[in-house]
Amino acid sequence: MPDPIFGLGLRKDHYRDFLESHVPVDFVEVISENFMIDGGRPRAILRQVRERHPVALHGVSMSIGSADGLDRAYLQRLKALADEIDPLFVSDHLSWSRFRGFSSHDLLPLPYTQETLELVCANIAMAQDVLGRAMLVENPSSYVTFSRSTMTEWEFLDAMCARSGCGLLLDINNIFVSATNHSFDPVAYVDAVPAERVRQVHLAGHSQGRDMLIDTHDQPVPPPVWALYAHAMSRLGPVATMIERDDAIPPLCDLLAELDQARAIGCPDRIAA
Amino acid sequence: MSLALIQQDFCAWLTRSDADAAGRIGKGAGSGLAIYQNNYRAQLVACLTEAYERVHAWIGDEAFLGAAAAHIDATPPAHWTLDAYPAGFVARLTALYPDDPDIGELAWLDQALAQAFVAADVDPVRLDQLGAVDWDEALLRFSPSLLARDVRTNAAAIWSALSGGGTPPAAAPLEEEATLLVWRLDHVSCFRTADRREARLLGAARAGERFGALCALFADELGVEDSAAQAGRLLGQWLADGLIVRVDSGRAIR
Repeated sequence: MPDPIFGLGLRKDHYRDFLESHVPVDFVEVISENFMIDGGRPRAILRQVRERHPVALHGVSMSIGSADGLDRAYLQRLKALADEIDPLFVSDHLSWSRFRGFSSHDLLPLPYTQETLELVCANIAMAQDVLGRAMLVENPSSYVTFSRSTMTEWEFLDAMCARSGCGLLLDINNIFVSATNHSFDPVAYVDAVPAERVRQVHLAGHSQGRDMLIDTHDQPVPPPVWALYAHAMSRLGPVATMIERDDAIPPLCDLLAELDQARAIGCPDRIAA
Repeated sequence: MSLALIQQDFCAWLTRSDADAAGRIGKGAGSGLAIYQNNYRAQLVACLTEAYERVHAWIGDEAFLGAAAAHIDATPPAHWTLDAYPAGFVARLTALYPDDPDIGELAWLDQALAQAFVAADVDPVRLDQLGAVDWDEALLRFSPSLLARDVRTNAAAIWSALSGGGTPPAAAPLEEEATLLVWRLDHVSCFRTADRREARLLGAARAGERFGALCALFADELGVEDSAAQAGRLLGQWLADGLIVRVDSGRAIR
């Protein structure tokens, strides 16, 4: 069985570090849309980084839950990028952002119903068909639930994976945020997801809003998320763990220290060696 | 209630604060919906602020945020990439400030530099790569990053001062209308001002006129020899700037 692997998000503040020094990560993750462009420096940097590290493509705009289907032009752009980069994973979120010509650029929540399941699975099937590869789908953080939902999020994820063949990107912080906001047990969630489908794990921080936790990715990973991660890793196989920081970006050494903390939890034998 | 109707209501809430739509999404969902609406608007404001850094500095916080709010209310994003959203803000600023053309021109320059930054990669051609060319029949092919716009004000000087951390000059009309050229060389977006004669020649070249015709473009006002010399000088300038990516021989493409 292969070892777990550990990576960081590639952010502008750290381009120079990744291009000019050896950064001790097993992979990097990039936001797909930032590189779904015609050309210029961002694509050139990605090509250079790819020569040094495996790259995971993580999207925010596929809108897997759009009731009016996926944007084929978007998929073709993503396919072109994936074909060039040969990514470790291609992932996006269990959410929607686009509907009838409007694009919110936010990860909006879905009711967990049979109708949604059928639509999400059809959209994933279309995406996987165009991309020519299986996708990972990430559990979202959310601030609204729907009384019309007929299944829990973890039941939905299980059914979605079984029907579509996709894998899971399990965001531990998102579980913690949603569990706090909607009063469910995050450990029960982790225990219920299909562990064999999880290929990647995200770790991040959040902020306290007026009424709810907000998934801001602008803080270090907090203790309760580390604890939930430790519990998750006791169930999961050799997954790829990644620290996801999108705002208030600290020096790279701070993120590498957090990644070492993840290694100590997720792969203690490798640290000891 | 179908998923499509829920998403329609969500869109109405985000873009128009439609309370009826919010009520249909769910009782007690108010605080959560407020977070989504705040995220939606804050992200678009941040996107415009980042894209129009010089305009923001030029007109100040209050005016910029007011213009951004008006734009977000009137023009919800439609494209899958957030990078496409700022483009429409040039027209908004131009409409909001009809008596201050420097603002719209400054906005165009911010936006054009950003567009050029991610334009398709095509290496410029160098003079020593050209070989034998039948110049009378030659067609010049320009960088896909090249953008041009006629300007009436000193927006370019204002942009440069703001970018360099200096004190910008007061807005002023140009003595003679000019054209701003924006393109990318290697990985750096750059710009310069072209006079009316260069802009006219460039426009003709981009429209597909052969170089022989370009040489004769100013024959009436300059005479045949000086007109050809002028076209030759500008060709050299365009090659040096990296604006030309290919020279097609007329004979080869027939």
